[in-house]
Amino acid sequence: MDMIAGRGNMAEQNTDKAAKVDTLSDRRVRVSTRDVCVFYGEKQALYDVSIDVPDRAVTSFIGPSGCGKSTFLRCINRMNDTIEGARVTGKIDLDGDDVYDPSLDVVELRSRIGMVFQKPNPFPKSVYENIAYGPKIHGLANSKSDLDEIVVSSLRKAGLFEEVKDRLHEPGTGLSGGQQQRLCIARAIAVGPEVILMDEPCSALDPIATAVIEELIDELRENFTIVIVTHSMQQAARVSQKTAFFHLGKLIEEGPTEQIFTNPVHKQTQDYIMGRIG
Amino acid sequence: MPSDHIVSSYSDELIQLAETIARMGGQVEVAIEDGTAALLKLDRELADKTVEADRRIDGMQRQIDEMAVSMIARRQPMASDLRAIVTSIHVASDLERVGDMAKQLARRSLKIEGLNLQPGFYNGVKNLTALVMSQLKDALDAYAARNAEEAIEVCNRDDEVDAMYTSLFRELLTYMMEDPRNITPCTHLLFCAKSLERIGDHATNIAERAYYLQTGKQLSEDVEELQRTQIRV
Repeated sequence: MDMIAGRGNMAEQNTDKAAKVDTLSDRRVRVSTRDVCVFYGEKQALYDVSIDVPDRAVTSFIGPSGCGKSTFLRCINRMNDTIEGARVTGKIDLDGDDVYDPSLDVVELRSRIGMVFQKPNPFPKSVYENIAYGPKIHGLANSKSDLDEIVVSSLRKAGLFEEVKDRLHEPGTGLSGGQQQRLCIARAIAVGPEVILMDEPCSALDPIATAVIEELIDELRENFTIVIVTHSMQQAARVSQKTAFFHLGKLIEEGPTEQIFTNPVHKQTQDYIMGRIG
Repeated sequence: MPSDHIVSSYSDELIQLAETIARMGGQVEVAIEDGTAALLKLDRELADKTVEADRRIDGMQRQIDEMAVSMIARRQPMASDLRAIVTSIHVASDLERVGDMAKQLARRSLKIEGLNLQPGFYNGVKNLTALVMSQLKDALDAYAARNAEEAIEVCNRDDEVDAMYTSLFRELLTYMMEDPRNITPCTHLLFCAKSLERIGDHATNIAERAYYLQTGKQLSEDVEELQRTQIRV
């Protein structure tokens, strides 16, 4: 009987997952970009990128090194502002708000669009302080107990709480690489973002730690809109529902992940994902 | 044709897989010819040869399965490479079944030996054999050349196979009604006709795989949308 009940559950779960994929095109657009160009001084790095990022789904950007995928990711939360000589044209909206509106508070924007980097970069502080820092500066907690709750729930959402609950006041840098990366994800979650940008979040991790992060990404998409840049096509295929392929600064093709990896339209996409000489 | 892989051994393996399918297809075609010839000429030697060929064909199917599984595990194939590998498993399975049909035709020759067989009984079987042979050859050609249009034509022609089978069924039934002594040989021939009709179905399956391999879409879905005859790829 148990076995039969188990099968029933599995069937239900599968239907749920299928439904998620099917309804991707019906989802509201969280981030919308139109004709985005990026220049580093005289050199143009990105050409007229227009793409819609669907709500509560994982969108992956793939492409060879130097194709502009990370540059584009960094445009979404204005990280390129920090690079001297970088200039962005075109339009990027988050929930209809112009991200490049001069009157917009960039710090507040980055609390709405969190970011996780290639190399885990915890602050040289305790695990607790790493998470608590953001909510404190954004005034999200009125009391110590509020803050404690945010720290615990963020660590839980990042699947890290059980592993670090006895080490909350030890340095975050003392954790393993995979744990540090999940700490960074917990830190991003703590300020309640709508979108999380991930720039090759697993490239410094071993396959097991990578699998744990991928499982986490899959859980997080229930509540967050995730954009991930990855060099691993298998990772893009595993975790994302929408995939965009960049080449030489141009968005060549975008579509449902399944379509991009089974039947891409453009030859450049085909050559890249099949590992062929283009 | 797609470009070469950066890892040349991957390209070599895909070529080897395609060549093995082509070789298997060739052996299956010979097995049908031999099996039918054994039936028509009541040739024991040819019947034994067909049974022996079926063992080799079974072995080739296992070889193709192993190659495909190994490539999926080691190469993580994508897009048309993935389709080429997955369809090879299906096509090898269809060819293996056709090999079994050829064996059944050959074995039937041993059973009808010495029965009251009129030369006219065979005509329908001969014609049906010629038609399914051309269907299988065209399906394998469409698969090897990744020709979606040719694949559609093979699928369309399956109706002709079905019609010829129905007509042969009626013809054999008529012989049986004419003289009860014809019942045993004609029943055997009916089984043979059914095997040949099934070979036609497998040829259609292979053509459908060829269409999917080239386009990434299932032929049956496209047909519902567009009407089979109007499809131009």
